[in-house]
Amino acid sequence: MSVQKKVIQIIADQGLIDVADVTLASTLDELGINSLGVVESIFSLEEEFDIEVPFNSNAPADGDFDISSVASIVLAVEKLVAEQA
Amino acid sequence: MNRVVITGSGTINALGQNVPETLGAMREGRCGIGPLKCPNVERLSIKIGGQVQNFDEANHFNRQQIALYDRFTQFTLLAAREAMAQSGLSFSGELAEKSGIILGTAAGGMNTWDDNYRAVYEKGQNRVHPFVVPKLMNNAATSHVSMEFNLRGPSLTVSTACASSNHAIGLAFQMVRSGMARAMIAGGSEAMLTFGGMKAWEGLRVMSKTACRPFSANRSGMVQGEGAGVFVLETYEDAKARDAEIFAEIVGFSMTSDAANIVLPSKQGGSRAMCGALLDAKMDVKEIGYINAHGTGTRANDKTECTAIIDVFGAHSDQLMVSSTKSMHGHLIGATGAVEMLACIMALRDGIIAPTIGYESYDPECALDVVPNVARDARVDGVLSNAFAFGGMNAVLALKAV
Repeated sequence: MSVQKKVIQIIADQGLIDVADVTLASTLDELGINSLGVVESIFSLEEEFDIEVPFNSNAPADGDFDISSVASIVLAVEKLVAEQA
Repeated sequence: MNRVVITGSGTINALGQNVPETLGAMREGRCGIGPLKCPNVERLSIKIGGQVQNFDEANHFNRQQIALYDRFTQFTLLAAREAMAQSGLSFSGELAEKSGIILGTAAGGMNTWDDNYRAVYEKGQNRVHPFVVPKLMNNAATSHVSMEFNLRGPSLTVSTACASSNHAIGLAFQMVRSGMARAMIAGGSEAMLTFGGMKAWEGLRVMSKTACRPFSANRSGMVQGEGAGVFVLETYEDAKARDAEIFAEIVGFSMTSDAANIVLPSKQGGSRAMCGALLDAKMDVKEIGYINAHGTGTRANDKTECTAIIDVFGAHSDQLMVSSTKSMHGHLIGATGAVEMLACIMALRDGIIAPTIGYESYDPECALDVVPNVARDARVDGVLSNAFAFGGMNAVLALKAV
């Protein structure tokens, strides 16, 4: 499964929604994922891809991990996975 | 209804191993937060904390005692000894039977849990020390202080996360005020700067890697501390009768529950608790000059707390000084309100307001006088101490100068 597919699956599971309802343009907020849900999603991403995501909910913009949309999350995860390899 | 006064205080925390050292550090705006020392620290992503420095348990306790005293109990006993010595009080006869102790802690004997989990899971040992249970239990510290000072009346431990010690002090205050108890020891203790404790906090993604900067626009989260704060509470009449030195009067207490979210704070919950404490104290907002804020340095707490303060105090908000000493000693979780009580006493008694250090840039969402970086001389006659816990449990104390 591609990174994108896996990320979308994780976000859909978190939002208790169908994967078909998650688009690349969606924001987590639109998908009903609140700040606790964001932290849990990031944990799921770390576990799935065996990566360390630099994310502090007090300074979301500081960590070089852009969570502003599903597309940006996919990009950020791909980057971390590539660095890992 | 009895008037309730504080006649003794004791502490150990990252700023010092007693009250004078701690207040000295608060006056100087000194930071007690530094590189964390604990086993496997290299596997932590958060590597700073407000740890008690140069502390060797063997300097204070013998081998048998150490077998029974977790670090949080050790901190409590040292703080209690200081408070009792200062108060000059001793408990015997009827006074002992009508006096008790209430302490707060969130995690109790976390070091004992951590060490013994390592022993059985990591090292594969099949046997642990026989006193693991009485060492780790949350009421261990309360019980050991009761034994050391012969406190035979109402005694218990409360656990409401970051509000534990404010709840403990508030309940003890109510007992002395109502006449249910003659004198009470109250406060809190916490020692959860262990590898397991830190890992749990890391997971929540609210910890700062660099510093605790409450109310600053560039704040990046909370920093954990450890230690204890313990106070002796008795009636004004008893204190006067034995010519004891009175450090402050506790005049009001309120507790509320947000009933909303397990981690996010609520403006209404906090403001209802502050209003309740003022009502209980029969004080007008104008009588409050200083608030020792909960001020954790997280984005959510600080803006919610400032909005709640502005809601309660209205135009008087401009006259208030509001500081968070967590910037210096870190967040002591279940002990934090007790250590912060020292800043309240310093404000009332010495006319010195402890600063919020690490403050770098103005945040319009925290538009209050946060006493940035440098302590201030100011006369105040009334103060509030805020504690707002995870789980939405809020506890606010009101104090007056005597």
